[in-house]
Order: sequence, then C-alpha cells, then structure tokens
Amino acid sequence: MAQRRIRILLAKPGLDGHDRGARVLARSFRDAGFEVIYTGCHQTPEQIAATAIQEDVDMVGLSCLSGAHNYLYPAVARLLQAEGADEIVVVGGGIIPDKDIPPLKAAGLKEIFLPGATLDSINDWIRANITPKE
Amino acid sequence: MKDLGQRVLAGDVRAASRLIRNLEDQITDTYIAIQEIFKETGKSHVIGITGAPGAGKSTLTDELIQAYRSQGMTVGVLAVDPTSPFTGGALLGDRIRMLRHAEDKGVFVRSLATRGAMGGISKAVGEGIHVMDVLGKDRIIVETVGVGQQEVEIINHAHTVIVVLVPGMGDEIQALKAGLMEIADIFVINKADREGAGKLYKETMNMVQMSRDRAGVSKGWQIPVLLVESVLEPHKFAESVEKLRDKIDEHYQFLVDHDLISERMRRKTAAEIQEALWGAILAPIMEKLESSGEMKRMIDRTLLKEIDPYSLADEIACRYLKEKPAK
Repeated sequence: MAQRRIRILLAKPGLDGHDRGARVLARSFRDAGFEVIYTGCHQTPEQIAATAIQEDVDMVGLSCLSGAHNYLYPAVARLLQAEGADEIVVVGGGIIPDKDIPPLKAAGLKEIFLPGATLDSINDWIRANITPKE
Repeated sequence: MKDLGQRVLAGDVRAASRLIRNLEDQITDTYIAIQEIFKETGKSHVIGITGAPGAGKSTLTDELIQAYRSQGMTVGVLAVDPTSPFTGGALLGDRIRMLRHAEDKGVFVRSLATRGAMGGISKAVGEGIHVMDVLGKDRIIVETVGVGQQEVEIINHAHTVIVVLVPGMGDEIQALKAGLMEIADIFVINKADREGAGKLYKETMNMVQMSRDRAGVSKGWQIPVLLVESVLEPHKFAESVEKLRDKIDEHYQFLVDHDLISERMRRKTAAEIQEALWGAILAPIMEKLESSGEMKRMIDRTLLKEIDPYSLADEIACRYLKEKPAK
C-alpha cells in the first residue's frame, strides 16, 4: 500500500512579516493533496534548513517580500547542500526583479515564482517536478 | 536511502526522519528497519498532550521542551495535525510555536498528518516513538490533533497523558462524560487568566475527586489539576510550565514505584501487536480487493441488496484464512 505523499516546507526567511501569500499557498497546497508544514515568519536560513531535514520534505518553498531574497534564498540552498540534503528542491517566490533570477538559479534555486503566478500553475509545477523520495 | 535501521541506531537524524516517512507512507520492507531497532527501545518517558483545537497544546509543548532542556534533557516531539478527508492534503502548523528549538540538536520535532486515522493520532506514532527513543531522547512528547470527546488513542502510547482544558467549553456535565475526561493523568487548565477558569477548575476538581473515590481507577495517583496562565509574560508562563514538568516526572516515578509501568507497557504493546497484525493480515487483503476491483463489485452488490456485508466478510475470510475463526 505504498503511497508517497509530497511533503513541502513553506517558510518565510528574514524580517518580512507579510505572510498572506504564504498562507494562501499553504491552503492551496493542502487542497492539492500535499502535506505542507508551515512555520510562519521571521526565520533564519539555519532554522529553515534544520526544519527541512527533521521533517524529511521533498521541497522547501521560500517567500520573502522585503528584497533580501538574494542573500536569504541561496543561504538556505547552501545549508542544505552542506548537510548532504541537496536532493531537497528549493524554490522561491515574491517580488523579485528579473535580473536576480539567473543568479538565484545558479545558487541552487530550482524555480522562482513571480507575482501573477496562479495557484494552479504552482501546483502543476510541483506535480511535474517533485518526485517524492524513495 | 539504505540501512535506515543501522543509521538510526547510530543517531542519524536524516535517517530517522526518513524512517518515519517510510512508516507513514507504508513503504514495503520498512518493518525490517523497525525490527533492527526494536530491541533498543523502551528507554524514554512518553508524554501525551491532548485537548481541543486551540487549547494551547503546541504552545505548552514548546515551553515544556524549554523546561526539559533547562535540565539538560533531550526531547523528541511528534506533533499530529489532521489530514483532509477530501484531498488527502494536510496543513501541519504545530511547529510554528516551536521555532526557537529548530536549531537545538537536543530537540527533534516531527510533524505527522493523521492520514485517515480516527483516534487523534496517526498510525505512524507508535513506531515514531520507537525511532525517537532509539535516538536517545529522554522525553518524547506526542501532541495529538485537536480532539473532541472520543479520540483517546493516545493512552495506548503515552506513559503520562495530559489533558488540556480551556474555559468556556461547556457546563459541568461535559466534565462528567466518558472518554477524554477519563484519560488524564494530569489536567491542565490553560488560559487560566480568562473568565470562567475558576468555575472550570472547581468542576474538574469535583470530577477528579469522584474518580479518586472509585478504587482501581487512578490506583492512588491523585490526578492534579494545574492552572497555566500568562502566556504573554514569559517568566510567569515558564514558571507554571516548570511546575507541570515536575508533575509529569512525579507521575512517571509514581508509575515506577507502584509497579504500574508494566501495565501501561502491556497496553502499549497490545496496541502495537494489533496494529502489526492489521498490517500483516488485513492490509494486504484489502489492497488486493481494491486493486482487483472486487471491492467495488462488493459495494455494488451490497447496495442492490443481493448480499449483505457479513456474508461477504465470511466469503473473504474463507478464501484467505487457513483457519477461519469459529462462529
């Protein structure tokens, strides 16, 4: 009766307190049949990486609207790599200038979702790109 | 990931987390890892925290972790939240209250979804406790989903059960009902600075005293009713949770001193064997019935009143069981 369920950690790194978007996403992930661990605002990259490992998630979704994404997002990816957990996919979203996207992807972010991305398009991306671990 | 059992024995958090995942997902052969670690289990004190949604279970758990860490104890937490009966998805939000412990290596928090289990916990909780136990956690806290009156499965897994009550949830008759109110080893009246806490305290004390008078229920353990308040004043809140921690430890000592721990262990073991039997006997049959389409046909036939569920069960039992239980 093996049935892998996709597990996602949704986190807000840094000092940004605007969590409406993250909450809407959490609800949308639940409705899409994923298990989503939501940990709220004001976390350090270290807390997020440690949580991702303890929770054995397939994907970490980061949301940050304060402009600090260029520092915070790669930091999470780096910490997971350092723990040997680089199979955990890291994606990000928020108000992110186009020019920041290539460096973020080079730093290990697999996808960046911009304002206007629909909930369905994000869920579809997850189904297409996230394979629960064996 | 290979050799999960061995790696968990060596203290590997990632392997432990994966093993719990495999148990939740019911991956074939996961039981080999459990067989490997089973002999090393049984060292931790398992504490169950249960109560209504929003009663403050996660916040209490967070402070209790702190109270144990201040004594140098290591803590494992299994925090259960409900799975959607419609989509199978779940929003696991207990951790949000426990963020300050995220980087502490002495604390391992794992969120679990119920995945259809009805008793207030998930099927993986029993084995999840074993995994935390083998990792060497001194205390394991199991936080149930927000429960109503009847979800009492936690008693099969915890040595000490804490029922968290909050003011404003009903009159004294609620306190006299069977189920949740019977399973507490310790009552916590949380948010005790709210209106109605005094009345709730009195009612709970009345109820507790009545159980005290009945021989055999509490075996001499005086079920304490603790007031916890001032969540916004960290120092005062911490102080009342330290009192709770001491009561929890006192309860465990009571179980040991009165040779009651073995009774709890038997209850836990019986539940585990039952669970394992279910997994070994009924689950594979159910899977076969589902995948072959026979289950659907059986439902159709029953709806048409061609046959009844009991005759069907009899038929299936004759097919799969070598020794069919006598009527």
